[in-house]
Parts: sequence; C-alpha cells; structure tokens
Amino acid sequence: MSHGTIDRLVYMANQISKAFAHDPEAKAVAEISDHLKKFWEKRMLAQIFHHLDEGGEGLDPLAKQAVAALQRKAQPA
Amino acid sequence: MGLIQETDYGTKPRQATALVTLTIDGESITVPEGTSVMRAAAEMGTQIPKLCATDTLDSFGSCRLCLVQIEGRPGTPASCTTPVAPGMVVHTQNSKLAKLRKGVMELYISDHPLDCLTCSANGNCELQDAAGEVGLREVRYGYEGKNHLDAEKDVSNPYFQFDPSKCIVCSRCVRACEEIQGTFALTIGGSGFNSKVSPGISEDFFDSECVSCGACVQACPTATLMEKTVIEIGQPEHSAVTTCAYCGVGCTFKAEMRGEEVVRLVPYKDGKANHGHSCVKGRFAWGYATHKDRITKPMIREKITDPWKEVTYEEAISYAADKFKQIQAEHGKDSIGGITSSRCTNEETFLVQKLIRAGFGNNNVDTCARVCHSPTGYGLVNTYGTSAGTQDFDSVDEADVILVIGANPTDGHPVFASRMKKRLREGAKLIVADPRRIDLVRTPHVEAEHHLALRPGTNVALVNALAHTVIEEGLADENFIRERCDWEEFAEWAAFIMRPENSPEATEVHTGVPAAELRAAARLYAKARNGAIYYGLGVTEHSQGTSTVIAIANLAMATGNVGRPGVGVNPLRGQNNVQGSCDMGSFPHEFPGYRHVSDDTARHILEIDWGVSLSNEPGLRIPNMIDAATDGTFLGLYIQGEDIVQSDPDTKHMISGLSAMKCVVVQDLFLNETADYAHVFLPGCSFLEKDGTFTNAERRIQRIRKVMKPKNGYADWEVTLMLAKAMGMTMEYSHPSEIMDEVARTTPSFAGVSYKALDDLGSIQWPCNEKAPTGTPVMHIDGFVRGRGKFIISDYVPTDEKTGPRFPLLLTTGRILSQYNVGAQTRRTENSIWHAEDVLEIHPFDAETRGVKDGSWVKLASRAGETSLRAKITDRVAPGVVYTTFHHPLTQANVITTDYSDWATNCPEYKVTAVQISLSNGPTEWQNEYNAHSAQARRIVPPVAAE
Repeated sequence: MSHGTIDRLVYMANQISKAFAHDPEAKAVAEISDHLKKFWEKRMLAQIFHHLDEGGEGLDPLAKQAVAALQRKAQPA
Repeated sequence: MGLIQETDYGTKPRQATALVTLTIDGESITVPEGTSVMRAAAEMGTQIPKLCATDTLDSFGSCRLCLVQIEGRPGTPASCTTPVAPGMVVHTQNSKLAKLRKGVMELYISDHPLDCLTCSANGNCELQDAAGEVGLREVRYGYEGKNHLDAEKDVSNPYFQFDPSKCIVCSRCVRACEEIQGTFALTIGGSGFNSKVSPGISEDFFDSECVSCGACVQACPTATLMEKTVIEIGQPEHSAVTTCAYCGVGCTFKAEMRGEEVVRLVPYKDGKANHGHSCVKGRFAWGYATHKDRITKPMIREKITDPWKEVTYEEAISYAADKFKQIQAEHGKDSIGGITSSRCTNEETFLVQKLIRAGFGNNNVDTCARVCHSPTGYGLVNTYGTSAGTQDFDSVDEADVILVIGANPTDGHPVFASRMKKRLREGAKLIVADPRRIDLVRTPHVEAEHHLALRPGTNVALVNALAHTVIEEGLADENFIRERCDWEEFAEWAAFIMRPENSPEATEVHTGVPAAELRAAARLYAKARNGAIYYGLGVTEHSQGTSTVIAIANLAMATGNVGRPGVGVNPLRGQNNVQGSCDMGSFPHEFPGYRHVSDDTARHILEIDWGVSLSNEPGLRIPNMIDAATDGTFLGLYIQGEDIVQSDPDTKHMISGLSAMKCVVVQDLFLNETADYAHVFLPGCSFLEKDGTFTNAERRIQRIRKVMKPKNGYADWEVTLMLAKAMGMTMEYSHPSEIMDEVARTTPSFAGVSYKALDDLGSIQWPCNEKAPTGTPVMHIDGFVRGRGKFIISDYVPTDEKTGPRFPLLLTTGRILSQYNVGAQTRRTENSIWHAEDVLEIHPFDAETRGVKDGSWVKLASRAGETSLRAKITDRVAPGVVYTTFHHPLTQANVITTDYSDWATNCPEYKVTAVQISLSNGPTEWQNEYNAHSAQARRIVPPVAAE
C-alpha cells in the first residue's frame, strides 16, 4: 500500500506496466505511455516526470521507459 | 390525472406465429395459437368473471367462476385453462353459466366478512367486482355456518398485513411467490375447509422465507394481503408511471397517490425491465423521502468545526460560488472539481459535468462508478467498442447456460434474479463463480451445476483457465471468430491462453478451484447453444478488475456467445443510474457518449453548443482529487448525491483529504457522512419530486415523473443551475426535457432520444439514432461496434494485498437485499428490521480458533484501520475468508479497505483486504470518536427570529 501521492503514482505506473508486460517491449512502452496520457491529469504527470528527473526510484523499467517517452513527447526539445 | 388502470387479460399472452380464429359471443376474433379463451375474450373487450386468474400467472383453473360454454363440447370448461381452437364457438354468458357462477359466488361470500364499507380494498376488490358481475343478490346458505371470520391477522411484516378472514384460497399469492419471485415461501396448508395460505411451515410472514417483494400482495384479489399504507390512508386516486431509484435493474412503478401523499408504489406490468415485478426496496422502502432527517433548507458554515447555519438558497449559492471563485483565483482553475451521482438523473448528471467542464474550466469530474463499474467501461470499450452490457434483461429467457461471476443477484438485483431463476427452473444450467455460497448456488428448485468457490482476487486466473479449457479442448467457435474478430489477435491471445500457467491444473494453486470442476464448467458454458455471462462488483472491484472484464469478453468471443439474444456479457450495475451517469460524461477523461476529451470532433460539437472552450486534457479521478487535496493543490469540491466518506475506500485518507479542502459543497437528502466535512449543504430532492430519466443496466432510458413538489423547494437540476449561474455561466433550461434535447443534439448515441420518444415508446435502449430509431435491445448483432472484436491478453497478476501472519484472513465486502449502498435511504425505512447493523460472516473453523461465538463483538483489523462489529458464524464463506456489508456508518467497513485499486481505472479493491479478527468488547475507540465527531459536525444553529 502506498503512502504519499508520489508513492501512489509510482505504484499506479508500475501496475499499468505489469498489465502490458506481456507485449513486446516497444509496444508495451507505447501502450503504457498512451494509457498515462489518456487518463492521468496534468499535475499527476508533472509529479511523475519530476520523480523521473530525480532518478525515478521505485519505477519498474517498463514504467520508467514509458514515463520517459511521454515526457519527451510532452516537453519536446 | 387519474388512476392508471392496467387491463388484466386473465392469462398470459402467447407469442406463437400461428393464428387461430374463433367466435366469442357471436364475434369473430383471431389470436395467437395457445391463447386462452379467457384472454381472447378480454382482447375483444369481454371480461369473463374470474378470481384465481390473472395475466401475470399461469392458468390455474380453481375458482370455477370463469366457466363458458363451447358449442360441440360437453360441460362448462374454465375459460382460463381452455386454449382457443380454430372455428371454436364460445358463449360467455347464458342462464346456465349465470346460475353456476352465482352459486360459486354464494359459496365464497358465505365465508367472507361483509365489511365492504370499512374494508381497505373497498373500491379495488376483485371479489366485490365479481359479486357485482354475477349479479349476486343473496346468499342462500346464510353466514352462521362454519367459517374463517375469526382467523387471526398476521401483521408481522412491516409493509403489509395478512388477514386470513378475507382469504378465498385462490392461490394467487402462492403462485406469485413461486412463478414470479421464485422464493416458494408460501404454500396452501391443510386441506378442504381447513386449507389456508401459510408462510413457510405455519410461521408468520416475518419469520418465514418471505423476501417481501410484494408479488403476493399485488396478486391478491381481496384485502387479504394488503399494504399497510393503503389500510392507513385509503385507496389512491391518481398515479404516474415512474422508475425506481434503487438498483441498476430500473424497475418501472406506478406511484399511486392521494394528493401529494404516496399511497403505494406498484410495479408496472408494462415496465420493460421488470414486467410487473418488484423487490422489497423499490416496492416498499420509499419512506425515506419524507423522513424527519431530511434537510430541506440550505446551510453554510465557515469551518467544518462550526455548527451549520440555515440560510436562503441565494446566500448558500453565492457563498459556494464565491469560495470556488476565490480558490480558483488563488490556486488556479484546476484547483476545484465535482462528483456526479448515480442516484441522480441523467439530466442532473449532465448538468454537473457541464458546470465543471464549461464553468469551472477543467475536467475534474468523476462519479461513483469510479468505485464500481469503471472497469466495465474500459474493458468492454476496448474489446467490443461500447462501454455497456451487450443484452437486454429479456435475453436471459433464451440462455441455456448462465455463468454468474462475482455477482449476487438475489440480493443486489433481486428482480432480475427472479427472471434468472425462472429460466433456471425451466432447465437452463447455472455456473456460479464466487468465494461465497450465494443464495443462487442452491435455492428452491435451482441448484448450480458448478460452484467455483475461488479465492478472492483470483478472477483473472479463473477466467483464463476457463478459456484455456475452451481452446485446448477444441470448443472455440472458429466460424464466429473468423467472421467477427481479428484472427491474428485471436491467434496471439490463444497462444497466450494455452501457456501452461493458464491451465486449470496450474491456476488451481491460486484459485483453490479443483481443475476437474473448472474444466467441467468450461465445457458446459462453451457447449451451450446460448451461454450468457452475468457479472457484478465481484469482478470489477479488484486490482485486476479491468483485466477480468477483458478476460470475460475474450471468453464470450471465443465461444461465439455475443451478438444475439440469450448470450452476451452482462454487467449488473449497482446503482439505478450508474450506466446513465457514465453515459452523461461523468468521467474525467470522457465527454457524454464516451468520447475522449482529446477527441477534437466531439469537443468542437460541445464547444459550439456551449459557447466556451473546453480542456482537451483528462481531469482528476476521485482518489487523485483526494491525494491532490492532501498535497494542497485541490481545494474545492461540489458533490451531488454521493457519500464518498462512507462508500469510498480508506476512510481515514478520504477524511484527511476532505478536511484539507477550503470549500466542500454537498447536495443531498440528508446530512450524510461526507457532509460532516462540508462547508455548504444544498438540500437534495427525491426521485418522487422531480422529472428526469434514469438509464438501467441494459442501457434502457426511462422516465421518472414528479408526483409531489420538492420538499426542499427545487429539483436538484435547478440547484445546479443556480450554482452555474453564480459561477458566471449562461445556462437556461425550463424543464429537464430541454437538457435531454441538448444531450441528443450533442451525443450521437443519444441522437434519437427525447421525452416525446420516451413517452411514445415507454423506454429506449441506446444507441438510439438514425440507424436504430427505436433503440438497440441487443448489441453487436451484425458485428462489433468497434468493427472487429478485439482479443486482448489479460495476464493474471496477483494482488499486492497479501495475507500473512499479522493479517491471515481475506475480507470481501458486499450488499444485502434489504439495504442499499451506503444505506442513506434504506436505513431510514422499515427495511432496517431485516438488517439493523453490518455483521461479519466468519467460517466456523476460523471462529473456533479465535474463540468467536455467534453474535460476539469482534475487532476487524487491516493494514488500513480497524473497526468492530458482531460476528455471524456461517459456512457460507470458506475458511480463510470473511465477509461484511457497508450499509451502516457505525461500522465504517471502509476504514478497513485499502487504497489498492484497479490498474486501469482506480476502481478500489474492495473485494480483497487482508485482515485479522480478535474478540472485542464493542465499538473501537475510533468508531466512538467518529460518532462523537458526527454528532458535533451535524449541529444546526436554530434560525434567529426576525425582530
């Protein structure tokens, strides 16, 4: 069970990534990132992006990739 | 407006295509083959006298009053049991028949109290009518003989009485209990003159197995079984057709009135969802509408520790709007939001989400479907293309095998359960997958072929194993899959499902369901001509709720059980308007009609209609709102008709979130648990006091009609309108029909819906548009809405909520027949006689090892919190599993539930919580503190008298 908001968001992102873990990696990353974009409010995304910037502790590898991919799309260089 | 009179044709209609022409009293009439002579006569306008016959029951032929003469046939057959025949010539009245009928009536009346003037059925008594019809003028036998006039009344049931002195032993009540309700609680005891209606084995009604559905009362032709409200008030003088405000079945009722006083609610025979049946909640438990706890004046307070102060609507609305505007000015437009209600109408829900999207300027709108069927929406839209069940309720009549997963229809959806039981009595087979031995597993004349008593939290493993068996044993419907689905996706899914870990033998370790039994169940379902799946919150309220819905959808597609009557995937929705509230755009990522907020076309339609720009980004869900509140970024909430403190998980976190907000506005009938943390209270009104529509679990849109003026002065939609205007919005509606017109012009699946269409058709199942002008009873008939059905891999991921030495038992929660959801309505009715408190069901083994006795107070503790309640020892739950309900605020069952939730939708995992049980002396300290706080939070400062 999570405690603070960021713990909950990390937990949620990991849960989502587990649901797509059966897919090939690239497809899974795309699906997870699409799910986050469709359903997460912008301050949730901002918090998880910030958490990733801080090292992304606790995020599963797939979740980390998906958050990073979405962050790249959301904040183009 | 008069009293709606429904014609009683005496016997049921027949659906045969072959027609038969006969002559009745010299007139020719053509009716479907199999129709009774009585019904044929009634259809041409001739009412043959009758007592034991009524068109909701099978013909019985006992009263001997409906005799007719048929040319060429001997004797005087009963018209109710005699089917029509080609060329038949029938006479319904002649001197011989008149004499016979009069003789029969004399016998009835010789043992019947002659108290018509003071009888509660006076003016609405079939015996009285029949006596008039046969011209009874005297009773030659006198009234002094042996009789039943001193028989004692049974007033044990809170809603109706049984007066055997008025009983004519027609058996209509007994047959209604059997044929319609399927409980078999009544029988005719004794024989000959001593024959009498008996609940159970000479018990009174309250102590018998009677479930108070009211079918017997409705069937009774005399005052023998009579509503206590009719006895008290008298016969009604006008009525309106409306829709029940309880569960997702959406029963149609006649609200029978005297002035603005409800005399009774009577199920409407033409109701398409209930076909004239009802349950104890809809039929009788409407007294909450006039309960003394109703708050009818707006109230405000600066701090949640202050007492409430009664104010005018103007003051309350302006106070709320100013607070909201101030919060937005200080913290940004995304700092406020709202929650719509599945207990409010479509129109009200539509307005609330419009207020939030167009007035607040964000998409922070959510609804109680978040905590019940949000996974249904996600799962079915991705597999089939529509966020709704595939069938109408009538479909069950053609099902041959019924698979019930995680639903308890006899308690949660009782009227539909009666339909299902009827089909099962006709021979359909039943599979139940549920950790508890729900009533449906073994009930009179119904027994499940298989009860798959799985461990809580293992639904996906179980459904995958069913699918594994189907594929492995060659039971898949290849033709259906090739025609309707994407074959490559199927092949990929089939390869996944055939992995060894999905076999029944492998999943047995997780589910506890013996592989052989699971395989047998899979074969039964897959080989059925029509296999239908019904599921409830036992599927959705899990961390893998969405995955289970997807797994179910996969299974139905793999066996070809979609797209025709008798089959399908049928979510049994919890509250009356869960479907509607979702349809109306209550989710933060979707506009009405399930169009994502990023869908430019949909957004532009609404922007043009509403004259504002709308956000294309999803808003916050309820749990995320609460998290954001504790983070200090979400500070204002408008809650219409929901009690999130009691209904949502992890109560302590919910309370800390609400307490952190600057302005919580609650609109409700009562000061509910959530209102303890509110700053503004806007009084709500009941379904009897407003116009609108509800949409039931079969996508059926039905009218509710106002039968009394709102006790609080305004319908809920009018109050929302005031708030919207105070927030600066331009919204003008003079009637809810105009709101529905707006829904129709902006939502393609509702394009053909209007109040006129609803009045003309009675009800409409969406989609209703140019392609389906009268609606769509069964979906996906010629193909899936999304094009090709999509098989999606649903891998079993065990929940993170684990049992261990500290918390060795699994708690699962649910509902009971007599109470509804958080109990705000039913607890304020006599229904509490049946369920005065939540109790903890515990298996005898688990009870014994903890020294728990039946009725003992026990402390129920989880990682989230603890509460105390009384124990009920029963083997209905398996060892290792305990069960309780969440109807009573004293228990606060959701103090125990955790914040684990569904991966896709955040639907809480109510059905799996690791707990420990220990003996207790009574309520916990937290419960006592909570109650003390509630009393403190509900203080109302008396209004100061004007000088």
